[in-house]
Amino acid sequence: MKFERTDEQQGFAEAIGDMLAKADTVGAARSWIDGDTAAGLGIWKRLADLGVNALLVSEEDGGLGGSLVDLAVAHEQLGYHLAVGPWIENAYLSTALAAGAELDAVAEGAVATVAVAPQVPRALDGDVASARYAVIDGTLVTATSGTIRTSIDGTRRLADVASTGTVVGSRELDAAFDAAVLATAAQLVGAGERVLADSVTYVKQRKQFGREIGSYQAIKHQLADVRIALDFARPLVHGAALGEVPASAAKAYAADAAYLAARTGLQVHGAIGYTAEFDLSLWLNRIRALVTAWGTPAFHRGRVLESLVN
Amino acid sequence: MDLTLSASELAFQAEVRSWLAANVPAEPLPSMDTAEGWALHQEWEAKLAAERLSVVSWPKEVGGREASLIEWVIFEEEYYRAGAPGRVSQNGIFLLAPIIFDHGTPEQQARFLPSMATGEKIWAQAWSEPEAGSDLASLRSTATRDDARGGWVLNGQKTWSSRATYAHWGFGLFRSDPDSAKHAGLTYYLFPLDADGITVRPIAQLDGEAGFAEIFFDDVFVPDADVLGAVGAGWNVAMSTAGNERGLSLRSPGRFCAAADRLVELWKTHGVDAPQTRDAVVDAWIGAQAYRLFTWGTVTRLADGGEMGAAGSINKVFWSELDIALHEAGLDLLGPDAELLDSPWMDGFVFALSGPIYAGTNEIQRNIIAERILGLPREPKGAQKEVQK
Repeated sequence: MKFERTDEQQGFAEAIGDMLAKADTVGAARSWIDGDTAAGLGIWKRLADLGVNALLVSEEDGGLGGSLVDLAVAHEQLGYHLAVGPWIENAYLSTALAAGAELDAVAEGAVATVAVAPQVPRALDGDVASARYAVIDGTLVTATSGTIRTSIDGTRRLADVASTGTVVGSRELDAAFDAAVLATAAQLVGAGERVLADSVTYVKQRKQFGREIGSYQAIKHQLADVRIALDFARPLVHGAALGEVPASAAKAYAADAAYLAARTGLQVHGAIGYTAEFDLSLWLNRIRALVTAWGTPAFHRGRVLESLVN
Repeated sequence: MDLTLSASELAFQAEVRSWLAANVPAEPLPSMDTAEGWALHQEWEAKLAAERLSVVSWPKEVGGREASLIEWVIFEEEYYRAGAPGRVSQNGIFLLAPIIFDHGTPEQQARFLPSMATGEKIWAQAWSEPEAGSDLASLRSTATRDDARGGWVLNGQKTWSSRATYAHWGFGLFRSDPDSAKHAGLTYYLFPLDADGITVRPIAQLDGEAGFAEIFFDDVFVPDADVLGAVGAGWNVAMSTAGNERGLSLRSPGRFCAAADRLVELWKTHGVDAPQTRDAVVDAWIGAQAYRLFTWGTVTRLADGGEMGAAGSINKVFWSELDIALHEAGLDLLGPDAELLDSPWMDGFVFALSGPIYAGTNEIQRNIIAERILGLPREPKGAQKEVQK
C-alpha cells in the first residue's frame, strides 16, 4: 500500500513541467488561436520526445507501456501549462487503435484526432491533425475534417467530421473512452491548480482599502475552498487510474473542482481577470470547455450511479 | 502507486471482519446519550477490549495490539461497514490518549490508559467556555496554586462538553498564571467529574438528547499528579489534541463509505420517487471515495515520516461538509418521512450538523488553510485576534 506517485512518476511530472515552463506555452496557445500552429506543434514534438504521446502504447507496439497513473501524471502537467493539440484524443487513440500503421504513427508522435459521438461530436484540431478518426455506431473509421467550429477556448479548433467509409482495426473502445475521460480529469486538476496558484499570487500583491486583498477572510475562505476541492480531486484521478473508482467519478469531481477554481479565480482577480489580454483568461476558458468535453458532468454522474446500482 | 494490502494486513482484515460479523448487535443500541444506551455502549467497549479491538494501534501493555496506521484504517473500514455501535469512548481514545502518550508521565500512562481502553472510564473534553469558543485562547477559568496540598484549585465554567453528562473524567485547559494572556500561562488538567466542587448540567441538543453538558468548577482540587504536561505549556499540549481531532484520527473514511453505501441502497428503493436527488446521491458517494483515497495518501505520507500539520484543516472541512451532504441526500430520498425520528438518517444528520462547528469551526480551519497552506497574509492586528496555531 503506497498511494503516492513513485519517484519515477514524480520525475516524469517534473521533466514535463520543466520543459513546458520554459516553452512559452501561453505564446504558443495565443498563436494557435490565431491559426499559427508552428509553435504549438513544436511543443507537441518536444512532449512526444518525452514519450507523452506513447504512454499507453505497449512496448511491443513501439510505445512506453506506461500505466493510466502515468497518463494522469502527464496530463495534469498539460493542464497546468495549457498545452495545445489533441492530447486527450491521443490517449483515446493509443488505446483504441489495433496494432498497425495507424498505431505506429501515433506512437511515433503524429498528431491524430478523433470524434466519439455523441459525447465528443467533433474532432479537436481536425484541420491540424495528420490523421482523423471517428467512432460511428461503435466502429472506428477514418474521417474527413469539415467546418471548424470556434470554442470559447480558442485553442480548441473543433472540426465537424464525416466518415470516409474506411474501417480501422480497433480494440477496447470502452477502455479508450475511459482513458480519455481520465486524461480530461487530470488536465482539469492541473488547470485548476494553475488558476489557484496565479490567484494566490495576485491577491498577495493587489491592495485595496490599504491592504492586500488576500488578507481579507472573504477572499481567504474562497481560495481555501478551492485548495480543498483540488486536494480531493487528485486522489480520485489517481484512484480511477488504479481502477478503484470509475473514471467518470474522477471526471465529475475534477470538473467541479476546476470550475470552482475558475469561478473563484475570476472573482478574486476582478475586472482584469475578465479580459482576454490577461493570461488567466486562457485557463478560465480551457476549464469551461473541458467541463463538458468527453462527457458532461450529468453524463458522468449517470454513469457512476449506473455502476453502483447494477 | 498501489493500493494492495500485504498478506498480514489481509489476515488482520479477515480477522476483524469475521469477529464483527459474529458480534455486532443485530439491532442498533439505544442512543449513548441516554442512561440505558450509555451502559450498553460501555458494555460493547468492554467486549471490543477483550479482543484487543478497542484501541488496535496502542501498545500491548495498555490494551492494544500495536497495529500500524494502515491496519488502523482497515479496522475502521471494517468497523463501520459492519454497522457497529458508535464509540462512546472516542473522546478519550482519540483526543486525550495521544496526548497522554506524548506528554504524560509513565505513572499517568499506567493509571489512565488501560481503563480508557476497556471503556471502564469514559472521558469528556472540557475546552470551550461561554466566552471562549473559536477564540479558545481567551479562556478565563482559573487554576490557583495550592502548595499546602500539592496541587491546584480550579474555578470557572466549561461548556459544550460532549459525553460529560455520563462520563467519569474530564480534561481541559485552565489559566494557571493570572497575569498571563492568550496562549501563555495555560495548563492542562485531568479531573474526575464527581470531584468535590464540580457540577455537571446536561444541555439538550437539537434532537433533545443530552449529548453535551456544561461543567461548573467551584474550588475543585486537582493534585499535581493530574497535571498533563508542563505547567504553563497547556496551549501547545491542547493544540496537538486539536490536530488529532480534526485530522485523521477522529473521522476515519470507513464511516463515510459505509454511509454512502447505505445511501445507494436507499436510492434503489426510494430513487424512483425522488429522481431529482440523483446528483446528491452520486456526489455523496464520490465524496466518500475521495475521502477514502485522500486518506490513503495521508497514511502513505505519515508512514514515510511526514506530518499532518495544517493539512488536517483540509481534512476537517471536507469530512464535516461531506457528512452533512450525505445525510441530507438520505433525508431527501425519504421524502415526507424524513422528519420522523425513528430513522437513522435523521440521527446521523443531527450528529453531522455539529461537525462544522466543533474542533475549531470550519471558518477557523479556512483561515488556517489560507494562511498556512496558501501563504496568504494575516489580517492586521485588531481586525482579528490571532488565528490559533
